[in-house]
Amino acid sequence: MRLLKLVPDDTNIDFLRWRKVASAASFLLVVISIALVAVRGLNFGIDFVGGQSVRVEFPAEMPPMEDIREAVSKVGLGEATIQQFGSEKAVSIRTLLPEGENVTADSAGQQLVAGIQKAFPTARTGAVETVSGKVSGELLRTGALSLGLAMLAISIYIWVRFEWQFGVGAMGRLFHEVALTFGFFAVTQIQFDLNSVAALLTIVGYSLNDTIVVYDRVRENLKKYRKMEIVPLLNLSINETLARTVMTSVSMLLALAVLVIFGPDVIFGFSAAMLLGVFVGTYSSILMSTPVLVWLKVGPHSFVPRTAEGGAERVTRSDDGAVV
Amino acid sequence: MLDFPRWKTIGISLILLAGILFSIPSFLPEKAFNSLPGFAQTKVNLGLDLAGGSHLLLEADLADLQKTQLANMEKTVRTAMRGEHGADDDIAIGELRRSGNQISFLVRDQAQIDEARERLFRETQGAGLTGQRDWNINIVDVTRIVLTPTRAGQAQAVSRAMDTARDIIDRRVNALGTREPTIIREGDDRIVVQVPGLQDPQALKDLIGKTARLEFRMVDANADPAEAAAGRVPVGSEIVPYAEGEGTGAAFEVLSRQVMISGEQLIDARQSYDPQSNLPVVTIRFDSGGSSTFARVTQQNVGKRFAMVLDGKVLSAPSINEPILGGSAQISGNFTVASANALAISLRSGALPVKMAVVEERTVSPELGADSIEKGIIAGIIATVAVLTMMILVYGRFGVYANIALIFNIFLIIAIMGAFNATLTLPGIAGFVLTIGAAVDANVLINERIREELKRGRRPFQAVELGYSEASRAIFDANVTNVIAAALMFWFGSGPIKGFAVVLTIGIITSVFTAVTVTRMFAAHWLRSRRPAAITI
Repeated sequence: MRLLKLVPDDTNIDFLRWRKVASAASFLLVVISIALVAVRGLNFGIDFVGGQSVRVEFPAEMPPMEDIREAVSKVGLGEATIQQFGSEKAVSIRTLLPEGENVTADSAGQQLVAGIQKAFPTARTGAVETVSGKVSGELLRTGALSLGLAMLAISIYIWVRFEWQFGVGAMGRLFHEVALTFGFFAVTQIQFDLNSVAALLTIVGYSLNDTIVVYDRVRENLKKYRKMEIVPLLNLSINETLARTVMTSVSMLLALAVLVIFGPDVIFGFSAAMLLGVFVGTYSSILMSTPVLVWLKVGPHSFVPRTAEGGAERVTRSDDGAVV
Repeated sequence: MLDFPRWKTIGISLILLAGILFSIPSFLPEKAFNSLPGFAQTKVNLGLDLAGGSHLLLEADLADLQKTQLANMEKTVRTAMRGEHGADDDIAIGELRRSGNQISFLVRDQAQIDEARERLFRETQGAGLTGQRDWNINIVDVTRIVLTPTRAGQAQAVSRAMDTARDIIDRRVNALGTREPTIIREGDDRIVVQVPGLQDPQALKDLIGKTARLEFRMVDANADPAEAAAGRVPVGSEIVPYAEGEGTGAAFEVLSRQVMISGEQLIDARQSYDPQSNLPVVTIRFDSGGSSTFARVTQQNVGKRFAMVLDGKVLSAPSINEPILGGSAQISGNFTVASANALAISLRSGALPVKMAVVEERTVSPELGADSIEKGIIAGIIATVAVLTMMILVYGRFGVYANIALIFNIFLIIAIMGAFNATLTLPGIAGFVLTIGAAVDANVLINERIREELKRGRRPFQAVELGYSEASRAIFDANVTNVIAAALMFWFGSGPIKGFAVVLTIGIITSVFTAVTVTRMFAAHWLRSRRPAAITI
């Protein structure tokens, strides 16, 4: 049986030639993303701003948005955000917290449901959620905290396992990916809720996975080819791991694309963000994570002391003691 | 490396077998599941977003708790100063009052101040690990004693109240007859209530929201109605409004602040009918302490009125026509059978020691949940099949090994989740997909490395061995970082994020085992039995 090869043998592309262009492009994208988040803002779900949200499904045909808006405004809970959600016949309706009291928040959700059922007797209310201001504030804080800590802890781990330059590289890359994902949420205005934070954390984890594979190869090659210039060495490392990068990315993209198309509507935002994350991650592992190492002047001495007699073509595994 | 002693093979096979066996209960229909022996009844629970149901997050009103704590201490002070051996033993006190977070009172006879302090000290308890008491007792201006709850004492009071509240809510929710509710404490002052299948959380909230604090208090007969209407009442009394629809004509009663009998002294409450009017009432019975107090008070106050106060509202204020000695009483009010029954439930399960407010509420309909499961499973199967096909196309025999390991991996995750009674949520399904991705990645790393080593001209045996050993390092580092991310998600995240982190953590561990150890076992056995001169990968 002839096996499929996604990347031809002996591929040797001078990826680092584009490092300045790629870095500039990435920098620009990060700036645009931050600007987008600042200008357009994120479409925060009630998880993070509080309020009540109801998912309404219409059995036959969806009434015009205007009618829904009118029915909701009659309930008197102030401005509502109404968005088509998941299937074509379903909308999610969100209103802000009633003024002042936290305690009455839970009854507002019921009022909303009652108002909708009165206007559209056949509509089905699928999910009713109410989050008070205090809880939403906490959720936002813990969400941000877990994201920040995850990024920091992972970078520290890489610093310990590799060298500080690699830690910096990983941190920069994580920032890049997270910023771009935020930009994605700002552009699409897909609701940003707790699930989105889970998606972000997954992207962080996945992106790290990729970084480590490339960095591991760089470390190995640095020990193996002590005399090689850093740029060709990085190119070699990227090319050697290219087959793996492509294969894994294709599998992940495949799985996520299925999840986006056939998966539950409720996690559409999650899957879509992940899809983008994997896409960006693939680009990053090829063009983003290595230029940092050039600038921070990583060399063979980063792992083997300069004075050591380095005649061996292959350094034995015993010195880094990894086990699984 | 490729040396696989028999014991190792057997050990790995046993783990895989156990994985399959223990994942079976999760797939069984409910009836078959229930007929399993106890130890085998381990199952992955479906989160509310999949099963449908209601989730409530309740938060205690700590200010209210502190008020109750101070009120109780005030009572304790009175009793302690009264002494155990008759009137000679009494310590005369005055100006007993609460202000802010303190209770203070005057000891009339300066000589008795140490004795007073000593008696109070006996009423306080150690709190926390530092040897602190739960109350500080200070003497101010020679004759005044000031009591302040310590921080540790307050924390202990909150913790106790929350435990009690949890138990009571548990009893109340179970009285509703719903299946498998989950009621757990979260943080210092919160309780999570999850009831699968429940569609209308209103009944649940009504039941939980009720503090159902029942008190019997004397009506202050000396109060002048006109003065009271203007808000002026005698010292030691207060105005308590009637509950809606109660109190023929009157809007309030003036009641003594002192509580004669409180709800904690109830031993039973049930809905019944008033023999004369045939209207629904609630019949209650007191414990022995409550009975004797009730008997004593009614004996002393024949002709006067007492009031039944529920949650700070007067239900009724009947006259005491004769002493009530039997220790049981009837609460009549504007009840329907249902509302009398609800009151009986909440009285029976005891009063919540603290007011609780709903701060978060999520209800998912079972249809939406079922839809999510169905789509989740379909998407999962398609994604898995697509990835499995890719693996075979790209890596041939080694792809098959990876796929078998992957399928074992799925069973292992389900088995472990079942053993921990973990909950599968929607993000959890996504975590599942991600884990499969990570498992595939491990095999991709290994197989690509084998390809590379073969290209460098190594012999099959050596190439496979190097493939595993060299790839392991990156696999290990990558998985550790993922565990770090998952652990942080678990600690700091809530709800959906937690569900995701659980699946991810379990998945990382099992996928390293299956993707590295299990496939290596297959590869080693094949290489040793066939001794191929060349391998296609």
